Amino acid sequence: MSPLSCYLLVAALLFAVGLAGALTRRNAILVLIGIELMLNAANLNLIAFWRYGPHPEALTGLMFAVFSIAVAAAEAAVGLGLVISIYRHLRTVDLDEISRMKG
Amino acid sequence: MNTDLLRILPETILVVAGILVMLIDASLPPRAQRRGLIWVAAPGTMLALWASLIQLRLDPGTAFFGAVETSPFTIFFHVLICGIVLVALLLAYDTLPRDSHHQGEFYALVLFGASGMCLLTGAVELLVVFIALEISSISTYILAGYRKHTGKGPEAAIKYFLLGSFATGFLLYGIALIFGATGSTQIYEVAHKAASAQNHTFIVLALMLMLVGILFKVSAAPFHVWTPDVYEGAPSPVVALLSTAPKAAAFALLLRVLYQMLPDLRSLWMPLLWVIAAASMTIGNLAALRQQNVKRMLAYSSIAHAGYLLAAFAGLADKGIAAAAFYIAAYAAMNVGIFAVVTLISGYDEHLPLVADFRGVLYRSPLLGSLLIFFLISLIGIPFTGGFFGKFYSFSAAVGGGAVVLAIIGLLNSGVAAAYYVRLAVTVAQKPENGMSQAALPVPQIGVAVGAALLFTVGATLWLGIAPEPILRAAENAAHALQ
Amino acid sequence: MNPIPYHWQYLPLLIQIVVAFGLGTSMILGSRFVGRHRNSKTKLAAYECGVEAVGDARGRFSVRYYMVAMLFILFDVEAVFMMPWAVIYRKLPEITGSRFFGFWEMIVYLGFVAVGIFYIVRKGILDWSLDKADL
Repeated sequence: MSPLSCYLLVAALLFAVGLAGALTRRNAILVLIGIELMLNAANLNLIAFWRYGPHPEALTGLMFAVFSIAVAAAEAAVGLGLVISIYRHLRTVDLDEISRMKG
Repeated sequence: MNTDLLRILPETILVVAGILVMLIDASLPPRAQRRGLIWVAAPGTMLALWASLIQLRLDPGTAFFGAVETSPFTIFFHVLICGIVLVALLLAYDTLPRDSHHQGEFYALVLFGASGMCLLTGAVELLVVFIALEISSISTYILAGYRKHTGKGPEAAIKYFLLGSFATGFLLYGIALIFGATGSTQIYEVAHKAASAQNHTFIVLALMLMLVGILFKVSAAPFHVWTPDVYEGAPSPVVALLSTAPKAAAFALLLRVLYQMLPDLRSLWMPLLWVIAAASMTIGNLAALRQQNVKRMLAYSSIAHAGYLLAAFAGLADKGIAAAAFYIAAYAAMNVGIFAVVTLISGYDEHLPLVADFRGVLYRSPLLGSLLIFFLISLIGIPFTGGFFGKFYSFSAAVGGGAVVLAIIGLLNSGVAAAYYVRLAVTVAQKPENGMSQAALPVPQIGVAVGAALLFTVGATLWLGIAPEPILRAAENAAHALQ
Repeated sequence: MNPIPYHWQYLPLLIQIVVAFGLGTSMILGSRFVGRHRNSKTKLAAYECGVEAVGDARGRFSVRYYMVAMLFILFDVEAVFMMPWAVIYRKLPEITGSRFFGFWEMIVYLGFVAVGIFYIVRKGILDWSLDKADL
């Protein structure tokens, strides 16, 4: 197997793990971790495609990954802020218990 | 001035206005009122609107090494988004609680979000697309939880946030695959490479993943579950904004990705969008029939409207894009308008959330009652309102593209939708029950700012319904710019 | 062509992992089997400078810890953007065609960061003595 397909396989597995975590977990923080794994799988893809792509001298993939890490950090900060704010109200971060609106 | 800077002038103005709001907000003493910040936010938005119109004088082209574009397409959406934001700001000025110390944050976030949405419509580099989408999303996540002292506010925000970031993960993975398949993230280059590519497997997979991310933002059918909860939990002035402006930006992105980046795969994505459009209309309308809460009902109605809009994507390039752009404008005008009216009637704290609570509004406040009925008429799609021409162009584009069945499904759905719109309109027009608490309820006050916002939305809805030609021509220009 | 197969590059890493784990486990197991264990009450008590443990280790932290942690993540990542800028700073005049373009870009960027810091400080997020329920 070529190095590129190794990386793609790892990224795909990472994405699948993140997806499974985000879908099955009930704790808001763990769902957030799953989502971060999905984003990082995409970053790994970007880096691998950049490194083994036709133009490794143009830093497209690398820069994309740096920006997406920054965006993910901003997202995580907002997410944790929301988790704190919901914990203050309901004293839980369990998504099933949080969910009160129905219809 | 440097043309590169001119091409991002509206976004720059919005960001600078947002930063000014932040700085002034932080400099004021903690207990001071923040309402006056509207005098920075609203003129800033107007200036951005003006700057977008100035861009008409520029030749269409890209700036910053092919990262952002100015064309009639981007200007159309810039003007639309700035208009929506302006109305939402005026609405918020009069309806947010006056003693709140978080109004500064509200205005700053709205402005930052608006800059992200504007940037999204002009982005021709997938990196900028991603960042712009996140700027607008993160701002709206926080805005959705603005009423943080009620249980519903944070609940809405966290649902919106988790599902939104989930969709972002798919979008980013799709972009990474596009980069891998074509070796570029510049949309024109991707289009060029994709057209000459032998093997489309990777690109098709990437398109599917990107569609998940984008269709989530427009709340189309399989990805719509967040909509009712977020609309119910977020304060109504915020819902007026986030049911329209981010959707307009996301539809602009969808148009760009489908018609500009991957037009050759039309035979593949057209059937897919056909199914999604039909599903959105049907699911949205059937669920809306059962709703007792007005905001939830309007949330499902907005899912259905996303479906009507997606029907235009079945059309051929020129007609389809123009119809979609026109529909977005019409939908934005009436939806912002109806949420403004709902805000005034049920109040910021929503002491009157149910359809039954709206009984006799026409007698309590004839103006608000008749405005509500007017916007409902437009949402049904009765002639002389923007909603009629929106649906008309969308369905005729679908028929032109050979999707006659989809147009028929759309028409049937409009009939179903009329049922719940009429139910609300009839409730509004019913006489209030004798001696009930209804009579004791205060008549909602319409301030100057909210009055201007209502006037603007009513004017826009009527204008789009009586003389749609200028907007349609602008939409057609936008469509030409995209091809 | 590289004479060493690609995956062999990771061999030193593997050796290091094995050695690290081996060393740790052998020390713990060795002391378990070789050493003598006679625990008395005095022996287990905190000695001189030690303090008696009070309460649960999983106590609740002030929300300010989370605030500071979140802000740290943000500013931490913001610094990352300076690295690629610094790497190509000397080439920027050629690429952009303007002598100070790169310089002013970074000034604008730092301006954004400074606005963020100003906002945080003025809102009292870093003020640990301030006890506001409404953050």
